Amino acid sequence: MKQIAVISGKGGTGKSSISAAFATLNNEVVIADCDVDAANLYLLFSPSEEEEQVYIGGYKAVIDYTFCSGCGFCADYCRFDAILFQNNRVIIDEISCDGCYLCSRICPEKAIRMIPNDKSKLYSGSFRNGRIVYGRLAPGEENSGKLVNMVREKARQVAEKYCLETIILDGPPGIGCPVISTITGVDKVIIITEPTISGLHDLERAAEIVLKSGRKPSVIINKWNLNPEITDQIRCWCGNNSIRVEGLLPFDKEMVNAMVHCKTITEFDKDNEISRELNRIWKNILNSN
Amino acid sequence: MNQPVPAMIKIAVASGKGGTGKTFVATNIFYSLVKNKISAVLIDCDAEAPNDLSFFKAEPLSSIDVKQLVPVIDTNKCTFCGKCHEYCNYNAIFLLPPVKMIKVIDDLCHGCGACSVACGYGAINERPVILGTVNSYSFYGLSSIIEARTKIGVTSPVPVIKTAIRQAGNSAPIAILDSPPGTSCPFIQTTAASDYVILVTEPTPFGLSDLKQSIYTLRKIKKPFGVIINRAGLGSRDVYRWMEENKIPLLGEIPFDEKIARIYSEGSLLAAEDPVYFDEFFELTNRIGNIIKDQITLALNK
Repeated sequence: MKQIAVISGKGGTGKSSISAAFATLNNEVVIADCDVDAANLYLLFSPSEEEEQVYIGGYKAVIDYTFCSGCGFCADYCRFDAILFQNNRVIIDEISCDGCYLCSRICPEKAIRMIPNDKSKLYSGSFRNGRIVYGRLAPGEENSGKLVNMVREKARQVAEKYCLETIILDGPPGIGCPVISTITGVDKVIIITEPTISGLHDLERAAEIVLKSGRKPSVIINKWNLNPEITDQIRCWCGNNSIRVEGLLPFDKEMVNAMVHCKTITEFDKDNEISRELNRIWKNILNSN
Repeated sequence: MNQPVPAMIKIAVASGKGGTGKTFVATNIFYSLVKNKISAVLIDCDAEAPNDLSFFKAEPLSSIDVKQLVPVIDTNKCTFCGKCHEYCNYNAIFLLPPVKMIKVIDDLCHGCGACSVACGYGAINERPVILGTVNSYSFYGLSSIIEARTKIGVTSPVPVIKTAIRQAGNSAPIAILDSPPGTSCPFIQTTAASDYVILVTEPTPFGLSDLKQSIYTLRKIKKPFGVIINRAGLGSRDVYRWMEENKIPLLGEIPFDEKIARIYSEGSLLAAEDPVYFDEFFELTNRIGNIIKDQITLALNK
């Protein structure tokens, strides 16, 4: 089984469109949408939802005012500034509550209960070229990487069950915990970047996180022709850090048109320059160790 | 209009989807305010991938570390009773009593202090670890840029974002907050601290899906908002249709233009570089200003 993660420090560089294209190129695959905060692949693939699991993302404190004496003991202990006094009443600021349980443990009146956040879900089903697993984090929940781990575990089980060789992981933006969860233990990490100053900065941070995990990422420069000079800078930076550039994709409105038609670029226009380049890159990736 | 007007009006620029142009809109609005002699603070809350500073020549003012406390266990005093392990809701304390082993997993710790409260033997002390930095810069005299920047791989950027917003205090009449992407905790922290939210989207299926999720979230926390459609002309009319059906205020459109993409890519500001867009951006900023004033007044009177 081969696991390939596609990430990018910066959002909007084309991670999902490129992962989706890889997923529809040849043999059936498992695609796992690890961008649980903005899962979008299901829009392209309209998968059948065959399985659904609840994910408990954390807890929130709730005060029972029939027992609360208003002593404010809990507010003294809370380190998240989540317990406030308003009109002589102790209230919980839901947005700041981290769900640590401390207030409910120390309350002398036992007036605080903890309620699980159970609105986040994991789905698994089939799409036109294999299986898909994706998580959807409920708004406002902490994206700690735990749901990403659950998505990955499910993807692995599905790959075994259906004897599929390749798992493609579409990663979240940024360089935090969910990204670490996405790349831990995979066979290959591909960073999608774009020729902007922001893109280059974020590539440097994303590469650092991959290097820290003991592997070398490789890079695809998307929309390279929007700024050929910065594309050269990125290639140069990659060269200096012995990071392989897998290929360059030009900007082409067809990429957006394909998405509007709920197709990947390689399905929408297989003779397009981008499609041909993605084909070549994907073959290389599958054949490399 | 009985309620007091907040001392500093905070406007967040956000989007569910990454790469729709949040930073582009936030930096250009900030620039047009400053050029209009309105002093402002730009707060870069995208702490995992902060980029606002690269668009300005700003003077460094200060840099502060944002810290969190993590426990240190004194194994001479520890009786391996397991109460700290039981109190920790993040599985950050690993315990094997038979072999007298206890370990703190720093990466899982949220610094809540429950373990210290739990320990009856005085075996737990706490030491600070650095989560990130908040860097302040001055720009054009009275204006400033504040950058939240997390260390790579931290569990949550929220403490760094909160510190950056606090750091801004009431130092200017208006603050522009460049929000992190998504709709989870970091987005909520940024938008909840704001008076108004500008959502930036693009006319694609991904853009629309993430816009819906952002709007759902903002309605839940009762924040007034409006939408800017970036890269107009690409994609389809679905976003417009959906916005009309749901009566979502459209603040403005920025056309897709390779020239704009190029100016942004170089780390330059559209409002500073291109005379045609300069006027258009000023107009957009003013229009947004008026809509925001109306909506904030409405929200305050509710």
